[in-house]
Amino acid sequence: MTALIRPAVSLFLLLSVLTGILYPLAVTGIAQTLFPVTASGSLIVRDGRPVGSALIGQSFTDPKYFWGRPSATAGQPYNGAASGGSNLGPLNPALVEAVKERIAALKAADPDNQRPIPGDLVTASGSGLDPHISPAAAAYQVGRIARARRMEVERVAILVARNTEGRQFGLFGEPRVNVLALNLALDAEDGLADSMRP
Amino acid sequence: MMPHAWTILGFYLLVLLLAAKPLGSYIANVMEGRPILALRLGGGLEAGLYRLCGVKRDEEMGWLRYALAILLFNLLGALAVYALQRLQVWLPLNPQQLANVSPDSAFNTAISFATNTNWQGYAGESTMGHLTQMLGLAVQNFLSAATGIAVAVALMRGFARHSASTIGNAWVDLTRVTLYLLLPIALVYAVFLVSQGTIQTLDGYQEVTTLESGPASVAPQTQTLPTGPVASQEAIKMLGTNGGGFFNANSAHPYENPTPLTNIIQMLSIFLIPAALCLTFGRIVGDVRQGWAVLAAMTVLFVVMAVVAMSVEQQSNPLLTSLGIDGSAGNLEGKETRFGSAESALFATITTLASCGAVNAMHDSFMPLGGFVTLWNMMLGEVVFGGVGSGLYGMLVFAVMAVFLAGLMIGRTPEYLGKKIEAHDIKMVSLTILVTPLLVLTGTALAVTLPAGVAGVANPGAHGFSEILYAFTSAANNNGSAFAGLSANTPFYNILLGIAMWFGRFIVIVSVLALAGNLAAKKRIAANAGTMPTHGPLFVMLLIGTVVLVGALNYVPALALGPVVEQLMLQSAH
Amino acid sequence: MARQTLSMFDPALLWPAVLDAFRKLNPAAQWRNPVMFVVYAGCLLTTALWVQAVIGTGEAPAGYILAVTLWLWFTVLFANFAEALAEGRSKAQAASLRGLKRETMAKKVKSADASADWSSVPATELCKGDLVLVQANDTIPADGEVIEGVASVDESAITGESAPVIREAGGDFSAVTGGTRVLSDWLLVRVTVNPGETFVDRMIAMVENAKRRKTPNEIALTILLVALTIIFLVVTVTLLPFSIFGVQAAGAGTPVALTTLIALLVCLIPTTIAGLLSAIGVAGMSRMMQANVIATSGRAVEAAGDVDVLLLDKTGTITLGNRQAAAFLPAEGVPEQDLASAAQLASLADETPEGRSIMVLAKQKFGLRERDIQALNARFIHFSAHTRMSGVDLPDSQIRKGAVDAIRAHIETLGGRFPPGVLRAVEEVARRGSTPLVVADGSRVLGVVELKDIVKGGIKERFAELRRMGIRTIMITGDNPLTAAAIAAEAGVDDFLAEATPEAKLALIRQHQAEGRLVAMTGDGTNDAPALAQADVAVAMNTGTQAAKEAGNMVDLDSNPTKLIEVVETGKQMLMTRGALTTFSVSNDIAKYFAIIPAAFVTTYPQLGALNVMGLASPTSAILSAVIFNALIIIVLIPLALKGVTYQPMGAAVLLRRNLAVYGLGGLIAPFIGIKLIDLTIAATGLA
Repeated sequence: MTALIRPAVSLFLLLSVLTGILYPLAVTGIAQTLFPVTASGSLIVRDGRPVGSALIGQSFTDPKYFWGRPSATAGQPYNGAASGGSNLGPLNPALVEAVKERIAALKAADPDNQRPIPGDLVTASGSGLDPHISPAAAAYQVGRIARARRMEVERVAILVARNTEGRQFGLFGEPRVNVLALNLALDAEDGLADSMRP
Repeated sequence: MMPHAWTILGFYLLVLLLAAKPLGSYIANVMEGRPILALRLGGGLEAGLYRLCGVKRDEEMGWLRYALAILLFNLLGALAVYALQRLQVWLPLNPQQLANVSPDSAFNTAISFATNTNWQGYAGESTMGHLTQMLGLAVQNFLSAATGIAVAVALMRGFARHSASTIGNAWVDLTRVTLYLLLPIALVYAVFLVSQGTIQTLDGYQEVTTLESGPASVAPQTQTLPTGPVASQEAIKMLGTNGGGFFNANSAHPYENPTPLTNIIQMLSIFLIPAALCLTFGRIVGDVRQGWAVLAAMTVLFVVMAVVAMSVEQQSNPLLTSLGIDGSAGNLEGKETRFGSAESALFATITTLASCGAVNAMHDSFMPLGGFVTLWNMMLGEVVFGGVGSGLYGMLVFAVMAVFLAGLMIGRTPEYLGKKIEAHDIKMVSLTILVTPLLVLTGTALAVTLPAGVAGVANPGAHGFSEILYAFTSAANNNGSAFAGLSANTPFYNILLGIAMWFGRFIVIVSVLALAGNLAAKKRIAANAGTMPTHGPLFVMLLIGTVVLVGALNYVPALALGPVVEQLMLQSAH
Repeated sequence: MARQTLSMFDPALLWPAVLDAFRKLNPAAQWRNPVMFVVYAGCLLTTALWVQAVIGTGEAPAGYILAVTLWLWFTVLFANFAEALAEGRSKAQAASLRGLKRETMAKKVKSADASADWSSVPATELCKGDLVLVQANDTIPADGEVIEGVASVDESAITGESAPVIREAGGDFSAVTGGTRVLSDWLLVRVTVNPGETFVDRMIAMVENAKRRKTPNEIALTILLVALTIIFLVVTVTLLPFSIFGVQAAGAGTPVALTTLIALLVCLIPTTIAGLLSAIGVAGMSRMMQANVIATSGRAVEAAGDVDVLLLDKTGTITLGNRQAAAFLPAEGVPEQDLASAAQLASLADETPEGRSIMVLAKQKFGLRERDIQALNARFIHFSAHTRMSGVDLPDSQIRKGAVDAIRAHIETLGGRFPPGVLRAVEEVARRGSTPLVVADGSRVLGVVELKDIVKGGIKERFAELRRMGIRTIMITGDNPLTAAAIAAEAGVDDFLAEATPEAKLALIRQHQAEGRLVAMTGDGTNDAPALAQADVAVAMNTGTQAAKEAGNMVDLDSNPTKLIEVVETGKQMLMTRGALTTFSVSNDIAKYFAIIPAAFVTTYPQLGALNVMGLASPTSAILSAVIFNALIIIVLIPLALKGVTYQPMGAAVLLRRNLAVYGLGGLIAPFIGIKLIDLTIAATGLA
């Protein structure tokens, strides 16, 4: 037994240094050299200030913005410091209640919209930071955005289309729209229009 | 199941099997110390490590010594992780100045990572400093994975050798797995992840002002973007079937698993080494067909479970569709848009069959049958691909059991790979198969009885029972995923689950090594026409039958009171 | 021995077995079988629960508890009965053996002299080394070795074979068994065993259960069964808290009754195989007995199932014991009739089957009749190990017959020359697998008599069967390689060992064992003893020497070397029966879950009623039906346990597929049907 202690301790320490210090430092070095933007969080900079990450969703409540998935993160929605889902079971009455409330909120913001609400708009995401919604969920909101911003529906729809990603390599994942990117594009387009107004 | 789901499943299997074959041979070469390029390149480093540690490369160990070495090594790992958590506030690389972790949580996490369970009672981004993550948790991601593979290889040697008293050298096995298998793949993998968006930085968290911020907005004004050496940890977390996420949301978090491409690669990397080890096994015992047979049994079970899970999750929750929503995209509660319901269900199937436990969707919010699949997958004993090494050795234990039962039916004393299966072997097999159900069932029984256990339940009704059952199933089988609604970061759960993880891991490891030692000592029996073939479809079916039957017999009553009754309630609600 | 074979459920066995079943309710007896002990403990618990229900408030209706309790007791009794029945059959065999041990008086002599005075002593007082005289109509008092005399002995008491056998001093026919009877002449026998150690004593001890120790495979299986029992114990014990939590969570129903949990436990633990395991072992030994093979341990019987290589003596096993003259092949210039005549003359006094077959052939071919020995004035030369020739000296000729080498040496000393044509004929004969016998008159070689080995009918098919079972057959013969190869090809054995010496046999066995094979062989001679001791399964012929019997681990009372094949089959059958019943037992549990789980929890979760796929009438009848099925299946399977699963020689894969379908799939399906039928009966009779 004692004969095992020396190799156990020294091997553990050496492999710890190798896998716990040298390896992550090496990855950090390579990553920051080759992919500095993504390695640091894919930040979106507007006017020299970061406004968010292309990968992390933000909470939108204003009718003029596209709304993202409901977020169940602790403290506040889209809390980057506390990712997580609702963990509500499929039969939990609280789930049904929450979905009813979200439906009501969507209906209240757009009372004339009679289309069925896409499921992803009323169910909380797994991370609580989901940056995407489905194209259907974006399409559902186009009318509301256009009205709130006094833009033509077609222009909004074009922006949605421009910010829609298909399946990666046509194979992986689901088609999706990055909400933050779309809203930024919306602001830019809208701002452009504003500036052209007399 | 929709066509897209079939395509993904087919693509996944194809790539997995294509990659497993060369990797299986490579692992065999590494573990047998053949003069391949990698061993020559790393030879200097390897020899240097042995010199510093006083390890003699050619000194073989008997099973008991091997087991002691493994236990000691993992005990040190657990102590180190515990210490790092308890001292992190005074250590460097803790930019958020996160507090020292409570003793019970630190105990749970230390055991969790040393046992390759990676159950997370804590939320990573608000609990663990960078140093704890990289020097504590990520190191165990490597070493617990290496432990599993080393033990599996020792068992392979038990089958391959005859009239031998030793099963290898634990130090050499651990070192070789780390140096030649895990580190190189993890390095490339981590860089790939960064290219897709996974973060890798040692800086502190960033605060951004949100787009909608403004005096009139009810939305949060700022958002904290977490940071950390995520990619380096993410790579080994998947590759070593550890599953402990850098963040609370695990692989659902966009900073861990940013794109559908990383998602499929993450899924592939969970099964990669477990699948390859089957073929390593075939190589080491000198009959590749034996390895393919085991892999075939695993693959069939996987496909069945994946098809069920994907079909179920692609249906939406009828309680929600009745409110008038469009449920065509399936059950999306707890799932990420970029992955959708099909690939989330596939990920869930893979992560629960392998004892990975990483999640890209919240299993607690799966449909009852979907949740049933994840729970049932773990209940099979984490032998369908399973954890790196642990899956194979678990499956081989089932193979011995299958051979013992069926072998009798051909009128011979049962034998597997030329080794007669006798009382001592059956004792070890029984112990291995006995220990996890005992831990799961008694642990669950305690938790549903004691107020401290019942208090953790988040969901009402039968689902609350499922949450507790899931926790102990996950812990004792060293999976680590959760029906995460359960508030398990309490002294009661931290300690009880810690015990379940420790014994679920190491009683099995010790009895598997004892089995290996006993097998190695046996004479090899020549095969003839009267020997039961263990490489054909019949054996594959037999192995599947044994795994399913044992799983079913152990857990049918518990499942009936959990997900089964939930499903029936959902049906009767409509 | 009165070798009546009792039918499976003969009343003579049935009633004692029923009594024994009750006698075995003694806890000490139950403890020997851990699985059944759990049932036993469960019985006691439900009995207590019933008493509680009768005198006060029970956890469930007293009628229900009583019904479950009774059937649980039946389960224990049925298992006891199976064991008792198997033991009863064995005991009946032992009793008939013990009949041999009736008190006989022995004629003890002081010195090895048949004419010496003898004193009468009881047979039970004879010790090793004592000398006894056995005369016509005496019973041989103890196992021993003939040191003087020749006699015909009736061994039917041991072998069941009515034809008397010859026992004589020296050679391989010198062993006699106590309890057999001398029919004619007399024998002087040296006793070779002490009282209580005789062959019959050991047979009785073996057959009686008292000496039965668990075989290695039985131990391994028991471990697995105990492990399953522990798991199911935990599964059912934890169901109580699960059920209580369920009641709280659902806010409906009552927690599951203890009686129901015990019923579930008994249904789940492998009672079927555990109840029959010991019966299978006893029955295996008993089947060996019926085949007239006495195994010295169950371990040996079990090992027989694993045999990979069978070493079989050519003579008596593969070929008929004696060779027959098939042709006269005269030397150049010698008329065939002269050769036949000379050969006939040389064989006149030769009483061996070979000798007589020469006479027969000469008569058939040339009408040569037996001649008057006296008139010929002939002097017969008998075969001796030294000259290895026999023959006859007539006034005008000296005729000799013998092996090539012997005759060659003989004529060359007389100055003769061995003609090359005859040598070619000799080789030709040998190549055909026959034995050449050279006949010479003085220094002149007359020719060759071809003695042909006659391969037994059906033996080739038997070997083909063995090959399908994965067993290689190796023929052992003293013949030269040429002859051996020809016979091996004709008989269809896989390999042969020619010019076998005891050393060569031993080496062959060791070589196969080193390659990881299990070797079985038969033998009777003292020179077989080392090989018998080395072989994994060694069947000694009862006619063989004491040394051979001591070295083997089985004795074939019929002294039929082909019996080895049956021994292997019996061993396989025993293992197969165990495997089949275990698989059946475990597969049964799925259906039992479907019967009991919905019944036990339907008050808490009415939706679980959907799992009642069998449509059982009520929760009570569902649980009761499962318990009754579980008890009755033991009785139903007793014949299978005693007779064994039918063994058919076929490849392992085919056999496995068949048995998996019958006992695995059958085990899955059968209880669904059985439980439903019992439920229908209960519902029809309104019992529950």
